[in-house]
Amino acid sequence: MATSSALSSAYGRPKPTGGLELWSWVFMRVSGLLLLVLALGHLVIMHLINSVDAIDYDFVARRYIGWFWRSYDLLMLVLAMVHGLNGLRVILDDYLHQPVQRRIAAWLLYGIGGALTALGIVAVVVFQPPSSVGVP
Amino acid sequence: MAHVRLKIQRFNPEMDSAPQWREYTVEAEPTDRVLDALHAVKWHHDGSLAFRRSCAHGVCGSDAMMINGKNRLACKLLIKDLKQPIVVEPMRGFAVVKDLIVDQTKFFEKYRSVKPYLIAEEPPPATERLQSPKQQERFEDTTKCILCGACTTSCPSFWANGEYVGPAAIVQAHRFLFDSRDQGAEERLEVLNKASGVWRCRTIFNCTDACPRGINVTKAIVEVQNLLVAHAKQGSTTDAAQ
Repeated sequence: MATSSALSSAYGRPKPTGGLELWSWVFMRVSGLLLLVLALGHLVIMHLINSVDAIDYDFVARRYIGWFWRSYDLLMLVLAMVHGLNGLRVILDDYLHQPVQRRIAAWLLYGIGGALTALGIVAVVVFQPPSSVGVP
Repeated sequence: MAHVRLKIQRFNPEMDSAPQWREYTVEAEPTDRVLDALHAVKWHHDGSLAFRRSCAHGVCGSDAMMINGKNRLACKLLIKDLKQPIVVEPMRGFAVVKDLIVDQTKFFEKYRSVKPYLIAEEPPPATERLQSPKQQERFEDTTKCILCGACTTSCPSFWANGEYVGPAAIVQAHRFLFDSRDQGAEERLEVLNKASGVWRCRTIFNCTDACPRGINVTKAIVEVQNLLVAHAKQGSTTDAAQ
């Protein structure tokens, strides 16, 4: 009996679960589901309801008068970029084994990915529709 | 008796610079197993052929190898069910010791890392530690593992990243994590929550296909992933309450 409790206590205090890998796994599942809805919605609106010929500057400007479509696009952009970048991060971890290679690849990935995401966010947030748009 | 053609990958690190293929034709019954054909090669054609086998009846897991592109036990596969020439290779992802024998040192290191034994804090009761049939059913599937290594060496995530703990070790962890008598969850989950743990699984299902015991390996891995998430959620609720 004494042996059994001595054995168990010898393992020390366990660390709590959580951490980057766990939450990034959860994020991939949640964002994957959300993107399925958002991207399919985007596809239906842009290619089935509206013809590609009808989509021009005015069309986008009209959509961006309010915040609903901006928020929709912003959410889709951020989720898609983070989902994609995290997927690439995991693949790089699988195939690159040298710590130096991993570090360089990670910096390139976050640099390029971060810059593209920032560019997208600026385009969605800063865009000002001309006052003439939306006037019938 | 019929002619059976075999194409076997041979490698002797003391003599060869790279593995090479050799073809053999042996006499065997169609209802014989691949292991019998390998025995025929070794006993009557080329005594230098090296492979592992022990019980020869699908119980010990010694003769797992890649047969016609899939990881199988040579003692469970009938010749009549296979296209000829039967292509036999060592399992992928491990260093080859000789011919079909691979170095399983790291495989068993990973197996030991998940503490595949009952951990119970409480002193043992006077009789046995009781468990209901339903509680036993919860981990019944993963008790079937014979540690042949067919799942881990069929896993592309493991081929790419040898640090990955691998399906076999996760199956072993699952067997104890879902055992109502076991109290070692925290210790095992700590190992499985690392970057080299369960998160490297991409649900490719090669492991499930490869398992000669028909264990739902991918399902077991996902159950461990979900258990970790549930623990993390529980942990964050406890932290918030404090």
